Amino acid sequence: MGFLEELRALFPPGRLLTKEAELAPYESDALTAYRKRPLAVVLPERKEEVVEAVRLCYRHGVPFVARGSGTSLSGGSLPVEGGLVLALNRMNRILRLDPKARIAVVEPGVVNLEVSRRAAPFGLYYAPDPSSQPISTLGGNVAFNSGGAHCLKYGMTANHVLALEVVTPKGEVVHLGGQSLEGVGPDLHGFFVGTEGLLGVALEITLRLLPKPEAYHTLLAAYESLEAAGNAVSQVIQSGLLPGAMEIMDRLSIEAAEAAVKAGYPQVEALLIVELEGPKEEVEEEAKLLARVMGESGATEVRIAQSEGERQAIWKGRKAAFSAVGRLSPDYIVQDGVVPRSRLGEALREIGRLSQAYGLRVANVFHAGDGNLHPLVLYDGKKPGELERAEALAGEILKLCVRLGGSLTGEHGIGVEKKGYMAEMFAPEDLLAMERVKEALDPKGLANRGKVLPGYGQSPHQGGLKTDLGELYA
Amino acid sequence: MPEIFASSLEEVREAVRTHPRLRPKGGGSKPALSSPQEGETLLNLSGLKGILEYAPEEFVFTAYAGTPLKEIEATLRTHGQYLPFHPPLVEQGATLGGTVAAGLSGPMRERFGGLRDFILGVRFVDGEGRVVRGGGKVVKNAAGFPFHRLMVGSLGAFGVMVELSFKVFPYPRATRTLRVGFSKPEEALAALEGLRTLPLDLLALDLVPPTTLEMRIGGFPESLGRRLKRLQDVLKREGEVLAEDEAHWERVRDLAFLQESPIWVKVPSRLDLIPTLESLPLGPRRYMAGGDLLYAGLEPHGLKALRDGGIPHLVLRGAQEVLFPSPPEAFFAPIKRALDPKGRFPLG
Repeated sequence: MGFLEELRALFPPGRLLTKEAELAPYESDALTAYRKRPLAVVLPERKEEVVEAVRLCYRHGVPFVARGSGTSLSGGSLPVEGGLVLALNRMNRILRLDPKARIAVVEPGVVNLEVSRRAAPFGLYYAPDPSSQPISTLGGNVAFNSGGAHCLKYGMTANHVLALEVVTPKGEVVHLGGQSLEGVGPDLHGFFVGTEGLLGVALEITLRLLPKPEAYHTLLAAYESLEAAGNAVSQVIQSGLLPGAMEIMDRLSIEAAEAAVKAGYPQVEALLIVELEGPKEEVEEEAKLLARVMGESGATEVRIAQSEGERQAIWKGRKAAFSAVGRLSPDYIVQDGVVPRSRLGEALREIGRLSQAYGLRVANVFHAGDGNLHPLVLYDGKKPGELERAEALAGEILKLCVRLGGSLTGEHGIGVEKKGYMAEMFAPEDLLAMERVKEALDPKGLANRGKVLPGYGQSPHQGGLKTDLGELYA
Repeated sequence: MPEIFASSLEEVREAVRTHPRLRPKGGGSKPALSSPQEGETLLNLSGLKGILEYAPEEFVFTAYAGTPLKEIEATLRTHGQYLPFHPPLVEQGATLGGTVAAGLSGPMRERFGGLRDFILGVRFVDGEGRVVRGGGKVVKNAAGFPFHRLMVGSLGAFGVMVELSFKVFPYPRATRTLRVGFSKPEEALAALEGLRTLPLDLLALDLVPPTTLEMRIGGFPESLGRRLKRLQDVLKREGEVLAEDEAHWERVRDLAFLQESPIWVKVPSRLDLIPTLESLPLGPRRYMAGGDLLYAGLEPHGLKALRDGGIPHLVLRGAQEVLFPSPPEAFFAPIKRALDPKGRFPLG
């Protein structure tokens, strides 16, 4: 039997899509500049179906990509031409929520925010909060080690995953990690998180839950320049405070957010959001210190949320910023570089200069507490050459981040979008080690082929072309 | 047993290239992990030390793997910072690399998480003598395969760690400890269970079996009194308050309570597993991190009971077979083969 015939035996009509019109929605993820036509899409409802589909792919040598809601901004869930897409949204059950153990066991298609919603009656929540959390799924969060506004204090997805059931690219099912916060032996589940689907597909995910902070103190401070807002962040850190989140938005993103959701933001050059959280007695004391720091930071206005409603209003504008920028420009590229916090000012100045030089507007929204920039490069895809110019500018920004001692990505992943820049951040031997691990677990190179690794699929081991890495294989 | 010393990246590479089987050793504070077995050469890394970069404002430092934690913590302290996962055996000479390889956290991991939550990057020499870097030196980073997390608990299986980068946090301005006794183990366990889900921001939450809980809080001196009072209200007990609690917790994290036992183990515990563990012939012990982490001192029959019960554990001292169970073959073995094809390093 051929591959498709075998798939038909596995998946009933309606859960195996092969017609052009059915495949079209799966041709890209949120990075719509890239499109690829898969051979077929399957909609598994149980993990056994995923395992069987992966085994089938292995037998027939068909590449596959697992995806959830497709919110990847780096093309991480872009299909492989002629390959299979495993759309996991129907695997959306929370299998177990155990408040005493502080864990939730979920299927990969569960939406991030759903976990916190279900944990709320027990006073618990799931900490990683990517802005996409109302739609992005945990399988994708695991693949990309997704972050959010609270990473400095609470870490990224990897820190909140205690165990994984994974199907390897060869179709073997393995259990990594356990239900305790602590483990023994190599942290294999920690290693799997962030490998962008190159080493297998997560079938079941065990998450740690945290007690929901008792009190929040959220303020919005206005500044006359981005630099002043950036300096305020340093002053907060130097005071010894450890806020749950510190976010900065520039004028362009403030205008966009305001037009979209009317958060009531002041129209200034830069806004800083600082959020303290913890036991109420502690937050009270921290708030006093924060007030002093803000007073000395040159803020032209400081608003403190007096209610949960006001707090949500402050966050609403920030969380809506990406989509709101869509109102300012027909297209945009979201970048995701990281710089050491002390280099933020320098990075922003340089981004401003590059924006001028390329003649493209750049809006800046960023997680200032952990140096994670989100420059939004605005362009019009209908104007000839503008996409290429936007990509070149975005690339310059990435190289800048690496040059300043940072990273190509804080939370969106490398995907197809940034793999060409991996060599800026990693030495050939680092990349070779990644390739060797990939090859050992996925000898046919099927799992999310063509992502992350710049030379992947072309190394002598893959029977392909010789690359710059070739000599290292000797 | 042959022993060689490496105090630079080049010397580590040289050692890897010239010795068929190596067992890395740092400060020797976990002898079960650093005692060479048949055919192995001991690679002593205690000379590979020093802090390479430290920017207090970034909450990040990078140090050589053989750097004693004591040295690192002293430097962090001068800037009011610390390793929030509170690594054990500092006074016994534990090094950064050894702590990562063993995957050890101490009592204060309750508040912000364990070792795995704070490691940011690694540079290591793989089994072919190649230098590989994973992760980075910023607090947020999702680029490339996270080799740094692979090192946690790896027992050196994938390579010799040379450099490590970590996130750190400001040390609490003041701390207090509350010790509360209960009349029955079930009562202590029920109280522990209740505390786990409350937003009290406890630095440490330990069960000292059979019936005692110890809790540590940290923060502004002005707020600690009120927080302590609330904790006492929740527990409906006054308990005993240790205001000067530093020395107490230093002894705890250095596992002083295991001193008399021949075998030391770490057990990933769980609330629902505690009654089972308590039914085994374990010696002196303490459950940390709300019951998720057990350090116990054993006699050989206690170790056998753990094995027979199928309970995962890591031996730090006193026995040859250190890890139970072995890592899952289908995922571990290919990675091991990729990074250590000649099987120079421990495990697998």
